[in-house]
Amino acid sequence: MLVKKKKGLLAAGAVMAVASVALAGCSAGGSTGGSGDSDSASSALTVWVDADRAAVLKDAAAAFTEESGVKVKLVQKDFGKIQEELIAQVPTGKGPDISIAAHDWLGNFVTNGVVQPVELGDTAADYEPVAVTAMSYEGKTYGVPYSIENIALLRNTALAPNAPASYDEMIAAGTAAGTEFPFLVQVGPESDPFHLYPFQTSFGAPVFGTNADGSYNPEDLIVGNAGGEAFAAWLAQEGAAGHLSVNVTGDIAKEKFNAGASPFFITGPWNVPDAQKAGIDVAVDPIPSAGGAAAQPFVGVQGFVVSAKTKNALAANEFLVNYIGSEDVQTALYEVGGRAPALTSAFEAASSDPITAGFGAVAADAVPMPNIPQMGKVWQFWGVTEAAIISGEGDPAQLWQKMTGDIQAAIK
Amino acid sequence: MTTPVPRQTSDAEPVRQSKRLRQAARMAEAASVGVKTLLLKILLLGIVDAISVYALFVLFLKQDWVVFGLVLFVTAVVNWIYFSRQKLPAKYLTPGLIFLLIFQIFVVGYSGYIAFTNYGTGHNSTKEDAVNALIVGSQQRVPDSATYDLTVLDQLGAYSFLVTDPDGDISVGNAETPLHRVNDAETDAAGTGIGLPGYTTLNFNDIVNNQEAIAALSVPLSDDPNDGTLRTPDGSSAYLYLSDLVYDASADTMTNATTDVVYTADPRSGAFTAENGEELRPGWKVEVGFDNFVTAFGTEAIRGPLISVTLWTFAFAFLAVATTFALGMALALVFNNMRMRGRNVYRVIMILPYAFPAFLSALVWAGMLNPQFGFVNQVLFGGAEIPWLTNEWLAKFSILFVNLWLGFPYMFLVTTGALQSIPDELQEAATVDGAKPWQVFRLIKLPLLLVSVAPLLIASFAFNFNNFNLIYFLTNGGPRDATAGVNVGATDILISMVYKVAFVGANRDYGLASAFSIIIFILVAVISIISFRQTKALEELN
Repeated sequence: MLVKKKKGLLAAGAVMAVASVALAGCSAGGSTGGSGDSDSASSALTVWVDADRAAVLKDAAAAFTEESGVKVKLVQKDFGKIQEELIAQVPTGKGPDISIAAHDWLGNFVTNGVVQPVELGDTAADYEPVAVTAMSYEGKTYGVPYSIENIALLRNTALAPNAPASYDEMIAAGTAAGTEFPFLVQVGPESDPFHLYPFQTSFGAPVFGTNADGSYNPEDLIVGNAGGEAFAAWLAQEGAAGHLSVNVTGDIAKEKFNAGASPFFITGPWNVPDAQKAGIDVAVDPIPSAGGAAAQPFVGVQGFVVSAKTKNALAANEFLVNYIGSEDVQTALYEVGGRAPALTSAFEAASSDPITAGFGAVAADAVPMPNIPQMGKVWQFWGVTEAAIISGEGDPAQLWQKMTGDIQAAIK
Repeated sequence: MTTPVPRQTSDAEPVRQSKRLRQAARMAEAASVGVKTLLLKILLLGIVDAISVYALFVLFLKQDWVVFGLVLFVTAVVNWIYFSRQKLPAKYLTPGLIFLLIFQIFVVGYSGYIAFTNYGTGHNSTKEDAVNALIVGSQQRVPDSATYDLTVLDQLGAYSFLVTDPDGDISVGNAETPLHRVNDAETDAAGTGIGLPGYTTLNFNDIVNNQEAIAALSVPLSDDPNDGTLRTPDGSSAYLYLSDLVYDASADTMTNATTDVVYTADPRSGAFTAENGEELRPGWKVEVGFDNFVTAFGTEAIRGPLISVTLWTFAFAFLAVATTFALGMALALVFNNMRMRGRNVYRVIMILPYAFPAFLSALVWAGMLNPQFGFVNQVLFGGAEIPWLTNEWLAKFSILFVNLWLGFPYMFLVTTGALQSIPDELQEAATVDGAKPWQVFRLIKLPLLLVSVAPLLIASFAFNFNNFNLIYFLTNGGPRDATAGVNVGATDILISMVYKVAFVGANRDYGLASAFSIIIFILVAVISIISFRQTKALEELN
């Protein structure tokens, strides 16, 4: 009896605690009229950051606090969940002042009104142009970039001593090497338009046209142009020749390259450490063109954005532009993540590493992944159509035009 | 809880005796609870009350009166229940009831409410937030305009900007007074204005402490608003901005300053809408009535595949239960035979698939079923390229097969348990009466098994009806017909279709998703109710 009563009480205590906190938490979204916030609360910056970046930011934050007296609170988040959590939490007033973000989330962030523009001022010229373009949406810059990431051609120097100048040369060199695959690229059952995109652009068929300032124009869907049809025909041809296969998933492509089953592998810097661990001497080359024009892969840029509802806009801006944007921090972020820095001076310093320099050379000619929300509706038709063409299920041009029509209907 | 026996009654008067008796009885009752228990009770309720008071305080500051009232009410009720002498049942039930309210009733009710709103991408907050975000986002720095060195000045609580342009000219201005030249400013060595007589110069710490006001301050460049305003993003430099959008609070409209298009707030769609139908994003969350349900049934992209997807969902859920139960029961019967040696070892091995996380197994199976490089084709079928996951019917078979692998251990466990509760005498008696083993199984064991297992089968049906993990990780709903024009594949069940339709790329339509969940809930609930009615007939066997 005695024991049970205790348990009941304990449970009641727990319930009440949870209830009170939950109710208070739920209500936090209500009005923002609470003027009871003290000075100390309003002059502490909350920053969402993923685990890898947190250690570096700790030093930058300490330096910032020493200089300005503004405390910085770092909150570690799972990178993959930040997009949704920021959109869910900023409106409630519970979100951070600053968050790490990938540039292709910006369209979604702006559409939901959770971020505000960041004024890079004259420092904008200090960054790699592609990074600033990527961090812009509808002509305004919404974040301070810190890294650039893109795919390129990995070459096993033992199997292929020279960089191929064109796709045909690559196939010839790959065939001459006598390996299982002339070259590897991840495709998968629903294809992988991201990894095949450099080939697509080499036929002159980007998904969206661009405005004068380099931003994408969602009204101008040009994927279905003549170059697009040529690319579709090329996909069917390479699928029939066995060079592209929907059975080659990312895992399989990586495993085969690391086992020396192909001299070439189109992938990003994330697969380089494992290849080197497998004892392969890797060189990074530009992706060879299949259609004659330049093969431009997508660039992914990461950076830091400022919440639309921050009460510390000035401090947040100061921290981002003058601390995250400093060469020391950008270099330190590069050293933990291995992604090329976005700040030009840090990038040049990092280019002493041939791998980073190789990917960086490709990035200089690459295009940012579209950050307009319409892009989300492109993927669902794009990959499946490519897969069908590669597997030889129907007329390539017809399938490609059907896809263009479906995308057009979906983004209207 | 012993009955108190008053001691000094013999030498006392009868009247006082009864009074004392009552007094003593009260004391004894209080004491019987035990001092320690009483202290613990007070301590725990104290903690609860302390947290509640804290929550009330926070809510009071937020002026959230509904939740404030709720917390106050619940706290009062809890105190009343636990301090009263009776209400023993309530003492046991209250914690559970509160949990039920928070984690079940509230969540379900909230999902139901969301189904009647347009909550999702572009409509995820209040109108106030949307206006704010539109205004902040419409500030555009004038291209190629100068960077001004800025000093923030304070005069009786009103802030002014003291700016030095690249030519070295120093001007001052505030929200009301446009920028004008001053000649008596204090300057530093480089000629940058750092102070003005009659004003206090703010240092960085002051700026940080008042940054909300300073970040909101915009100083007109001249009397003409079209020249733009100076704003500061960091407190040390100012830039010239022009705003595209002007909000008129009384008319509730947004006007684009460059194109003169007027966007009117539309309370039905939750967005500022121009006459030509163009909407400004972000909008805000509004209640939209049954619109989401109309979309669920009315949109071609959903209505087209809905019938085939619903049929496959039922087929999948039914076959998933039937196959796993059949295999699980068969194995349970086999391993229940006393003559078998090493039964326990086999049983442990049988249960292994149950110990892996389902989504992980689905991913591993997806790899093993790869037509060209997968283990199944390479090793078991001698290199044949069987398209396990890319042919419509083989993909359906693969889904059921992997589900069988994942699900039979559960059925094996529950039937083993149920079998052992069937008395052996029944089987012996039947055998004595001349029944064949099949008859014993069909007429005696199976009906008795079903009595205890049938409710679990219904639960299993409901689970498989929404078995999102398996579909998503094994085939992602595929294979898809590229010519069909809809993002729904051959193995998509209702829940995975909802996911694809409501969450396209990074776009989230929580309203539509909630409407679908309500529809799916109704389907599952109806089937479960009918099935449970049926199982009542089985219970009469006992």
